[in-house]
Amino acid sequence: MLYREAGDFKTSYQDDNQTFPIKFDRYRYYAVLFIAFAVIPFIINDYWANAIFLPFLIYAIAVIGLNILVGYCGQVSLGTGGFMAVGAYAVYKLMTSFPEVSILIHVVLAGGITAIVGVLFGLPSLRIKGFYLAVATLAAQFFLVWLFNRVPWFYNYSASGQISSPERTVLGVPVTGANTDAWASYMVCLVFVTISAIIARNLTRGSMGRKWMAIRDMDIAAEIIGVNPLTAKLSAFAVSSFFIGVAGALFFAVYLGAVEVGEVFGINKSFLVLFMIIIGGLGSIFGSFAGAAFLVLLPVFLKNVLVGTLGWPTDLAAHLEFMIVGGLIIVFLIVEPHGLAQLWRVAKEKLRLWPFPY
Amino acid sequence: MKKTLFTAALAGIVVAGPVLADLTFTALSYRTGPYAANGIPFADGYQDYFTLLNERDGGIGGEAINLIECETGYNTEKGVECYEATKGEGALVYQPLSTGITYQLIPKATADGIPVHSMGYGRTSAKNGEVFRNIFNYPANYWDGASVAIKYLLGENGGSLAGKKIALVYHNSAYGKEPIRTLEEAAKKHGFELSLLPVDHPGQEQKSQWLQIRRDRPDYVLMWGWGVMNQVAIQEAVNIRFPMENFIGVWWSGSENDVLPAGEGAHGYKALTFHNVGSNFPVFDDIKKHVVDAGKAAGAGDQVGTALYNRGMYAAMLAAEAVKTAQAIHGTAAITPAQMRDGMENLVITEEKMAGLGLPGFGPSFSVSCQNHGGDGMVAVAQWDANAKSWGLITDFQQSDQDILNPLIAEDSAAFASENNITPGCN
Amino acid sequence: MSDTLIFGMEVFLNGLMAGVLYALVALGFVLIYKASGIFNYAQGVMALFAAMTLVGIMDGQVPFSHLINAVFGTEVHHFGWHLPALVGIVLSMGVMIGLAWLVQQIIFRHLIGQEPIILFMATIGLAYFMEGLGDLMWGADIKKLDVGLPQGINLWIDELTFNLFDYGFFIDNLDIVATVIAAILVLALVAFSQYTKQGRAMRAVADDHQAALSVGINLSFIWVMVWSVAGFVALVAGIMWGTKSGVQFSLSLIALKALPVLMLGGFTSIPGAIAGGLIIGVGEKLFEFLVGPMIGGATENWFAYVLALLFLVFRPQGLFGEKIIERV
Repeated sequence: MLYREAGDFKTSYQDDNQTFPIKFDRYRYYAVLFIAFAVIPFIINDYWANAIFLPFLIYAIAVIGLNILVGYCGQVSLGTGGFMAVGAYAVYKLMTSFPEVSILIHVVLAGGITAIVGVLFGLPSLRIKGFYLAVATLAAQFFLVWLFNRVPWFYNYSASGQISSPERTVLGVPVTGANTDAWASYMVCLVFVTISAIIARNLTRGSMGRKWMAIRDMDIAAEIIGVNPLTAKLSAFAVSSFFIGVAGALFFAVYLGAVEVGEVFGINKSFLVLFMIIIGGLGSIFGSFAGAAFLVLLPVFLKNVLVGTLGWPTDLAAHLEFMIVGGLIIVFLIVEPHGLAQLWRVAKEKLRLWPFPY
Repeated sequence: MKKTLFTAALAGIVVAGPVLADLTFTALSYRTGPYAANGIPFADGYQDYFTLLNERDGGIGGEAINLIECETGYNTEKGVECYEATKGEGALVYQPLSTGITYQLIPKATADGIPVHSMGYGRTSAKNGEVFRNIFNYPANYWDGASVAIKYLLGENGGSLAGKKIALVYHNSAYGKEPIRTLEEAAKKHGFELSLLPVDHPGQEQKSQWLQIRRDRPDYVLMWGWGVMNQVAIQEAVNIRFPMENFIGVWWSGSENDVLPAGEGAHGYKALTFHNVGSNFPVFDDIKKHVVDAGKAAGAGDQVGTALYNRGMYAAMLAAEAVKTAQAIHGTAAITPAQMRDGMENLVITEEKMAGLGLPGFGPSFSVSCQNHGGDGMVAVAQWDANAKSWGLITDFQQSDQDILNPLIAEDSAAFASENNITPGCN
Repeated sequence: MSDTLIFGMEVFLNGLMAGVLYALVALGFVLIYKASGIFNYAQGVMALFAAMTLVGIMDGQVPFSHLINAVFGTEVHHFGWHLPALVGIVLSMGVMIGLAWLVQQIIFRHLIGQEPIILFMATIGLAYFMEGLGDLMWGADIKKLDVGLPQGINLWIDELTFNLFDYGFFIDNLDIVATVIAAILVLALVAFSQYTKQGRAMRAVADDHQAALSVGINLSFIWVMVWSVAGFVALVAGIMWGTKSGVQFSLSLIALKALPVLMLGGFTSIPGAIAGGLIIGVGEKLFEFLVGPMIGGATENWFAYVLALLFLVFRPQGLFGEKIIERV
């Protein structure tokens, strides 16, 4: 009744090709954008921003990036933490070397630098496949972390080895550093997430995305029909690393403010982002958001319920959190192996026919 | 999206609790995760002392103490979440017990006006209170520790270390790299040869480093480790039969769970400390009576008197004394975080005060000022007795070499100030 | 003989020993991957859980004591007994078999025929779950594990090499014991999979689930068996590493050390795990000894992966792995 295509005729090729052909979808999308841009900035406070929205948005960008590589192009990569570190250190060096240039440009440049590094570490993918490639990208992860720890130039020869983000403003409003308002940091991340999602969605719907998916499904057959595996795989690494670099830059500059590479961008980060894309659904932009939400928000939610509302001791709550997250992952996988995105697709399909069963 | 809103609603309910008139202290502890073994005793000590004050004295200056614990798992993001969740509750001071989380909080807490006490860890140059207005790291920092270690070794060698070899086994992170600058300066000044042996996190495998030590035969080994790295290092040292009296660890490498697993072999291992060790103080009788026996101990109650428990208790004691100082300065019992900061900046710890609290000789006497947020750098050396299974002080509290350290602190804090556009000054 | 050469020999021998310990962890992965195509991310956590259970049983800890105390306000911590190591090991093995059965029933029975990445994700969920469960049952503090294994320098080798080279090599007794145990374990596993009926059934299941079902092999039984054997291997690995560094959270990180071993040796080969382990062990220790001081040390973390990566470039399926044949 609500979710219908009947009566919705397209009269131009442009209308026919749009991302959300069904009116209900379009209006839902506009509503979410409206709430995100026009409602939340006015009611957000420090806790919501720093503990809930910022990690969610930033991880969403990283997950979109990794989803392009793993979900759309089928190249398993566990170097996400290392690439985020590249983005963070790149933006730090740029911020401290060129303080007059806007932070927004620095973040994009950091993404670009990470893309170049990503292509370099993606070269083994031309020869190695599957899980073996995953473990090869771990070499990138550990090497990059070692490098940033080892070479003092990266942290400006500071005695402590940590990098902290100096204050930068956008249109006069501080967005990095401690004096940032909650809404300002939220808006910066939201803008980056929206643009990233739009770019990613359009890339994956275009010929580039189809090339990636061809490589993922059967790369030898793809090569036979004319898809150049070198450009397809390396472009996947480049685009994916770009997004991951942007996420890493924002993670350092806007969210945390000070970073020690071994602890923040270690192997745990790589695994965490990988879990997000698998839970959310491989090869789906919505799935990226769903997975990021699941693994960022669920622990915070559990903590607030167990410790805040029920008043349990913190270590019991932390252990139970692990058990519940693990249990939920298994339950989701048994119920819907293809992730939350698939659940969403099935729900939409059912909704299109509702109230009829088929 | 659904989850976001639901979580937000719930978080709103939790966070928007009433601002209590009590004195609120937050314990950012880690009872899980890779460093749980070290985090548990510290958190126990910290909380037990406040519980004691509540039970025995009814709080501080008549105001009850409200203690909120938040589990960080030594994870920086969780630390940020804990900070954001608790700062609205009127938290007076933050002691994250983690260098990573401290670095996060330095700008945030300064902007929010809440003091941070990073006792013996964190950013060493925070000693310079003119740049770091809200950050305190009394009574000693890592550079003090390194300097006193060298001083102790000078004493052991009749005033000269020329021609000796000293190896530093350190955790390959910002924390472990802290003493390197100081030790390099000291090496130039005193003529010893310094070799650096980094150990990667988590430090479970140190064969290569200790084989190297066995080959090089340094005269002394210093260690800057944390967590399982300490234990493994001490075990490996025992395995290669390195003389334990020549093995000195920093205060975070000097806890019972680092030495107990090596058993008899660890006898004679030394560690730096900025407070006294053991449970031979009157305050422990009070803790036993009011806290442990009354069933109000945080945790299992089995850590009382261990090195890290004492450290947590010491941190709580310093915070409580700062509250009293703040109450005296501002003439009110229910102080705000800004007033707490003033209290900390004017804190004076004397032997009489400590004896009055049941802690005679528990730590050095020092006073805090705007220029000096880091105490006087008084550090002592403790030694492990594997038969009695206890630590004992073998030196008095000595002061670090201020000539080497003061310029380094000035330089580092100036760099921070220029990077972040801070004008140094006291008010 | 130059000093570097002598020291190099010592490093080489120690590298071989270290490699054996890595291979021990890698064995668990290989077993499960061979039989069910699942890359078991939870192997490291299983080793931790097995070691914690062993210590808990030996020391007579009350499981879930913290939870019980928090809910009921009691103060129970220990049963008061202290069991000998062998009894503890047998009982822990029982727990691991029980765990294998539960994992099979609750998780993998419902995921038959799914893609490898889904199964991998299931093991991730399992890892999270077991980590929380282990901490909840036995507590998160460091525990000392003592099953009577000798530690410390082997004096016989020390003397022998001192007489030969004027410098006594350091070979740890524990490493020698670990090598012997690992060798026995590998021989037993290879014999099992080649010469016994259940072993052949396991290899059949590894080739093709459907085909194995159609010749009458009980899939669930084979999987429970495989997970139990992997659990046993995890227990042994947990004992070895736990004796060296105490039983605590970081024990689960040894799984990361096994990954380059698996890459090098191939995911599906037991001898490959051993060969890979030895190569990685020797390679990373020698690199650290020779090149490490020039570039600042602490290279062990990443060099193992780079080494494995170089091998993979020339042989993408690992040294002993099955050649990946793709049909278009």
